[in-house]
Amino acid sequence: QGREGGRLSSSGELFVLTYGALVAQLCKDYEKDEDVNTCLDRMGYGIGVRLIDDFLARSAVKKCRSYSETADMIAQVAFKMYLGVTPTVSCSSAAGNEFSLILDKNPLVDFVEELPAERASLCYCNLLCGVIRGALEMVHLPAEVTFLQDRLKGDAVTEIGITFLRKAEDRNGLVTTT
Amino acid sequence: VLRPHDERVVVAFGQRDGIRVGHAVLAINGAEVNGRFTADGKDVLEFLGNPANYPVSIRFGRHRLSSNEKLMLASMFHSLFAIGSQLSPEVGSSGIEMLETDTFKLHCFQTLTGIKFVVLADPRQAGIDSLLRKIYEIYSDFALKNPFYSLEMPIRCELFDQNLKLALEVAEKAGPFGPGS
Repeated sequence: QGREGGRLSSSGELFVLTYGALVAQLCKDYEKDEDVNTCLDRMGYGIGVRLIDDFLARSAVKKCRSYSETADMIAQVAFKMYLGVTPTVSCSSAAGNEFSLILDKNPLVDFVEELPAERASLCYCNLLCGVIRGALEMVHLPAEVTFLQDRLKGDAVTEIGITFLRKAEDRNGLVTTT
Repeated sequence: VLRPHDERVVVAFGQRDGIRVGHAVLAINGAEVNGRFTADGKDVLEFLGNPANYPVSIRFGRHRLSSNEKLMLASMFHSLFAIGSQLSPEVGSSGIEMLETDTFKLHCFQTLTGIKFVVLADPRQAGIDSLLRKIYEIYSDFALKNPFYSLEMPIRCELFDQNLKLALEVAEKAGPFGPGS
């Protein structure tokens, strides 16, 4: 959904514009970039805890058996389903619990080239981090999710880092080790 | 033998003519009772104990569960489910999927997020698996995507109820051989 022949569909555009309007409003509401980022993350979290069930209901995927499978699932199935793009996944730690998703294309920033000078620390797409964090928490995989690199800030690529934390209790209240 | 139980008057002893222990007094002389009181505010047991009110016709039946009772039973089942998965000789058991009795089958589907969907059906009813998955979709659409619905609270969303009803009708019509028969 969203892309036809390289251009977004009308509803895809409306979504991207709505996201932009949301960020713009938050910038009016909060002076500090950190506050806007926190707010976006919190909103994303609220979306993520609900979106996860939609994802599971629609994709009918089986339970992931490793952090690596989970990261692949997020990039190849979830991102594809909701944003129409497929980031590349790589594992960035020997411990096997840190991953990075490199976004080649990101529809949310289709109309944004770079951040204004007074908003240099803004994580424009921070909502996405919150969504991923909220979704993972609901399947008992607490994680830290942040933007490690951002093309909008002048970096070479846009990279989201996911660090899986200690495994939480599973659905039946049992703590299992990985 | 009748005795009060919670907010109802319930049969404690003496089964006959289809009236069973546990059945509640539903109506007296055609007027539905309101808990322990008759339609016009008299205490049911007092009324029935007074021979001046005879002859009297009483309707018995299984009472419909109140929301609180449903919550209690659901949380009991939730605990049994957890116990079941821990007792299981198989490692990594996913919990109780089905409970079968003479008169009904209880089907339970647990999502990866820990939500349980429970369906009670006729033992011969087929297609419950796909019904459970359909209910999951309906829940994620009309409850979760409703911004005014708070997680973990009872679902009072009109669209959810409507779509759920439709899904149940489809499953019921399908009968013992599943949808498409």
